[in-house]
Parts: sequence; structure tokens; C-alpha cells
Amino acid sequence: MYQYDEYDHRIIRDRVAQFRGQTERYLAGELKDEEFLPLRLQNGLYIQRLAPMLRINVPYGMLSTTQLRKLAHIARTYDKGYCHITTRQNVQFNWPELEEVPEILAELAEVEMHGIQSSGSCIRNVTSDQFAGIASDEVVDPRPYCEIIRQWSTFHPEFAFLPRKFKIAVTGSDNDRAAVQVHDIGLQVVRSDAGETGFRVFVGGGLGRTPVIGSLIRDFLPEAHLLSYLEAILRVYNQLGRRDNKYKARIKILVKALGAEAFGAKVEAEFAHLQDGPITLTGDEIGRAQRFFPTLPYRALDNAADALLQQEAAETPAFGKWLTRNVGEHRQPGYATVTLSLKPTGVAPGDLTDGQLEAIADLADQYSFGEVRTTHEQNIVLGEVEKSKLFDVWQAAKAQGFATPNIGTLNDMICCPGGDFCSLANAKSIPIAESIQRQFDDLDYLYDLGDLDLNISGCMNACGHHHVGHIGILGVDKKGEEFYQIQLGGNAGTDVSLGSVLGPAFGAEEIPSVIQKLVDIYVDKRIEGERFIDTYRRVGVDPFKEKVYAKAD
Amino acid sequence: MPKLIKDKAIADNSWLLMEATDAPETVDIPADAVIIPLNVWQARKQELTGRIATLGVWLNSDQFADQLGEEAQQLPLVAVNFPGFMDGRGFSTARLLRERYGYSGELRATGSIIRDQLFFLQRCGFNSFDLPEGADLEAAMNSFNDFSETYQAAVDQPLPLFRRRA
Repeated sequence: MYQYDEYDHRIIRDRVAQFRGQTERYLAGELKDEEFLPLRLQNGLYIQRLAPMLRINVPYGMLSTTQLRKLAHIARTYDKGYCHITTRQNVQFNWPELEEVPEILAELAEVEMHGIQSSGSCIRNVTSDQFAGIASDEVVDPRPYCEIIRQWSTFHPEFAFLPRKFKIAVTGSDNDRAAVQVHDIGLQVVRSDAGETGFRVFVGGGLGRTPVIGSLIRDFLPEAHLLSYLEAILRVYNQLGRRDNKYKARIKILVKALGAEAFGAKVEAEFAHLQDGPITLTGDEIGRAQRFFPTLPYRALDNAADALLQQEAAETPAFGKWLTRNVGEHRQPGYATVTLSLKPTGVAPGDLTDGQLEAIADLADQYSFGEVRTTHEQNIVLGEVEKSKLFDVWQAAKAQGFATPNIGTLNDMICCPGGDFCSLANAKSIPIAESIQRQFDDLDYLYDLGDLDLNISGCMNACGHHHVGHIGILGVDKKGEEFYQIQLGGNAGTDVSLGSVLGPAFGAEEIPSVIQKLVDIYVDKRIEGERFIDTYRRVGVDPFKEKVYAKAD
Repeated sequence: MPKLIKDKAIADNSWLLMEATDAPETVDIPADAVIIPLNVWQARKQELTGRIATLGVWLNSDQFADQLGEEAQQLPLVAVNFPGFMDGRGFSTARLLRERYGYSGELRATGSIIRDQLFFLQRCGFNSFDLPEGADLEAAMNSFNDFSETYQAAVDQPLPLFRRRA
């Protein structure tokens, strides 16, 4: 993964000193609340319902074991012994003291981590495919480009005070696992017929109050022009994005208002000025970035371990279940990916204790080249495990509570922190997740239901990505009471779609039985091989609606 | 005389700042050094050519660099107003005036800017900062040194770090 040189270290250290000074000025009353607010947000510091919340960037989801151990130390020393993996692959601490935040940032800087631009009206942490560089269906590894974008966007002097937050995601596969079409800018790295590397550029996607699927404005942008083109998009947005109403300030509203074609024309006009200027990427720079993501020193293996795995799975059915759900294909023969589930029933989805962070670091050091990946589904991936070691990894993961074999199932839900923590939330989301997990506690039944994305947001800001869940649940407030609206038909992949509201909202206690009814209809209507989303797309919303809202006889 | 920061030093602000007007054709223009609104410049530039040495023009945040364009090159001073410090449009305006329209005179940030923005403002080409009344200018100047290195190309450093990295 990327490693800082002296330049990167200097920039991050300067930031720590700057924020220390700002915090001191604030505590001394020299900096007003409204002035400190955006400054602390641009360091990832929110003031939440109960305490401050500090969001730490995990650039495109890559973490070293040194970083994991530092996060464990911070959870133990400055927090209540745990942290949370967010739906943007980042890490959040829920209980730091404001006065201690500069010290936390100083400690993080030692391991090349920070909270820069993890919040606020600026360019946020760039996200990517959690299987970048190892997926068998990948065309180009997106991570070198993510790193180039990270550096370009970090303290960009022109774009630190945008109309609203700005999110960029990059995928290198036709099978999009980074949800690029629901980002402010989505990039797909592609190879042309002539063998050149470039990007398909989507703009104006997003979730939140007004969910929109992004528009393709460039079918092939040669890689050298990546930064000039991004700068052109950001400049058009910085000048023309609405600033009078924060609910209409995202780039998606501007793209809708102008039309994608007219917006694209403005970008191209700006790009014409910037093209071939000094920020044109050089072959040297792309090569430098690529060298941080080399082919790892894999052992020369074939897939001989497959027979052993079959035998182990037959002898130990629980291991077999885990293999089916939590282990994935790797491009290197003899290796596999392992997803550690952070969704055991009874734990807030995505939460990890200090001891678990250290256990993951130990596992990664022993079995996965000392690196892990966070996922936007709020799990952790060991990306590079030898197949012959999978049984050992399973046993170790089980002992730490990571081996719940539910990846990709209904119980592997995406879930925001919700009303238990977040001051924006209209309703709680964590107890809803748990009540659903308890309803679907039979693993064989869960497997029979297959891949099913269930996403829960505690308010319309949609941190839980409810618009792109096959089943989406949105917490709403009705006269001071918490209710939950159901949406069906969303999907975050390459065939992206936004869910539609099923009908009137339900009370929290009704949700498990409502989800059960939806699943019953799917089981009743599905034909061989169909996932929930496929059946929904084929039969439409009516059978689901009739079942859920049927009057009791 | 009021003070401001210019070229990283505290200096006298000898320029009057003329308020926005709906009557650009008829409004009185002071004889002293004055920064006039863009619409007054657009309406009266012919009559003002004789006194250009004591004339500046200011753009509001919703007025973009192309509305002044290369005409800026004649002027000794251009100001960009920040109605609120979260309104970041002026950062683009400054870069465009410097990088696209060849403006090399005094480029002044006015309005609700805060000291913590000085580093980014100077990167975008501002060299003069009229901070709100009561600001501690001496202390504010420390913020020019907030960072000792930068990744991006901008007005103060036309090469991105990747073209300079040893």
C-alpha cells in the first residue's frame, strides 16, 4: 500500500500543528463557534448527541496492521474501547474529548493517518472497491489513481469551501463494488481497444434527500488528464453550485438543473483551458503510484488446496457455510479473500473493540501480508489468504466473533449509527438491525434467501444507503415518534437502481414481521436462481404491497 | 488609517471601498483612490480611463473573473468580496484572474474572511487581505506559515508536488 515520504509527513504534521492552534484559540474564546465549526469538520470532528465524534480517513479502504494497532490504542486510551467502520470505509470514534483531539491526531499522524476533509463542504475521502488489486474480474487496479486523487484533493486551495460535501469513488472492474454511479464523481478505470488506460466519468450521482443516478459525461478520459478534468468539474461546481439552500447544494442538483449535456459542455470548456497544463499526469507519476501497489510476493501455488477445503467443509459443516459466504475468489491461484463479518447479532453493525482491532492485525500479519481493507458494507477484508490456511483463519476468526457466515445475506445489513448517536437522525437504526437479525436467526433459511442487500438509514441523509438496498429502511419522525418507511428495488452495483417507497411507514415493532412478509413473497414468486432483486424486478411491487398491507381477516 | 495585510506585512489601507449600487451610470465616484463595483466599471470605463492609477474594481462572489477578463490588466487593484467566509467562489475567481487573464496587480480579499483561510487565499493568488474589523493582524500573519509544503499546482507554486518530488 502507499507509504508516506517526507513530503507527505510534513504536510500531515503541519496540519496537526494548525489544528492544535485552532483548538487552543477556540477554547480561549478567540475563535467563534461558527468559525471553528467548519475548521473542526474539515478535521473530521463533529459534536454529536452525547459527545464529539471523530472520523478518521481510511484512504480507499486500505489499512496496515501498524495502523490497526494504533486505532486500537486510540480506542483504549481516548475512547470507550471501540470504534465504528462507516459506510465510506472510514473509522469513527464516538467518545473523544475535544481537548484531546489534537493529541489523537498527532498519534495518528505517526502512522500516516488523519481526519483531513473527512467531513465538511470539501472533497471527502476517495473510496474504492474493497477487492481492488485482487479481484479476478478487475481490468485495472484503481488504487494508484485513488492515491493520486487523494494527494490532489488534500488541502486543494481552491476547493476547501465548496457549496456542499463532495464524494469521489473509483472502480477498476465492470462489476462495480464501489457504487460509483451514486457519487458526486464516479470513475471507472478502463482500457481502450488501443490498450490505453483511461476513465469513464460519471457526475451528479448521490443519495441523501434527493437520490440521483450519475450521468456519464466522458466515455474515455485518457489517464494523463485525470486531474485536469477533475479540476474542471470542481471549478464549474464551485462557481455554479447553489449556495442559497443546503438541501439543493450538491452537484447532482446543478447537473439536473443544467442538464447533463450542458453541464458536460461547461466542464469540457473549462478542461480545454487546463488540458496539457502542469497538472497533466506524467508517466513517472503514474508509475510511482503504481509501485506502491505491486503484485505481492505470493507463493507459487495451484488450486490443489481446493480438494482439502472440500474435505474440511464436509467434516465441519460450519466451516463449509463460512467458506460459501465469507470467502471469495482471488486472482492469484491458491489464494482467497476472507471477509470478516462485523455483523454478529447483538453488535451494532460495523463496531469493533480495541481487542478485536489487534486480533485482526495479528491475523493479517500471519495470513495476509499485513494489510486489510475496510468495506462500505462495514466489514473487514483479509485480502490475501492462502487457501490451505483458511481453516486456521476460520478458527481464529471464530474465536474473536468475526466468523458469522452471513456476508451478502439479509443479516449483513448496512446500517448507520442512527438515533443512538447521531444528532441528525430522526430514528434509531441499530435496534432495527438487531430485531431483523433475530427474526432471521436460522442460517440455513438465510442461505436459502441468498444475496439480499438490506440497508438501514436513520434519516434521509442516507448514510445507511437505503436507496440502493434491495430492501431499504428509512427512519422517519412523525409527530415526535419513530417510524420506518420501506423501499424496494434499489441496487448499488453496475445495474444501479433506486428503491421505490412501498407505502405508509411502520412502527419499529412491526419491522421484523414486515421484512418476513416481503421475504415470503420473494420465496413464493422466485424462479430458479433468482435473487430477491431479480424477482422484484420481474414481478413488480404489487404482490409485495398486497401482502404487507393486507387487512387482517 | 485602517490597516490590512499586504505582501505578508501590515500596511495602511489607503483605498476607499465603494458600496454596491443600483445606479452605476449616475453614482458619484470619489476622487480619492477608490475600489468601485464591477457594474460601475462596466458602465463608466470610458470616462475613467484618465484616472486609472487610483481606480480599483471589486467583484462580488457571484461575479466571475471572465466578467472583468483581461481588462483587469489595466487596473492597479482588483478586490474580491467574500459575503460569508464559507462562500468559496472567490478562490476560483482569484486563480482565473491570475492564471487565465494575466492579472498581476494587487489582488485583495475583502469581506468575511478569517485568518485560517489566509494560506489557501494566498495560494489562489491573493496578496492583500482586508480582514474584518477587530482582527489581530499580527497574529493572523502566522497563518501564512500553516503549511510548509503543498500537493497542488496553484498561483504561488505553478508545479504540483509530483513534478517537484525529489
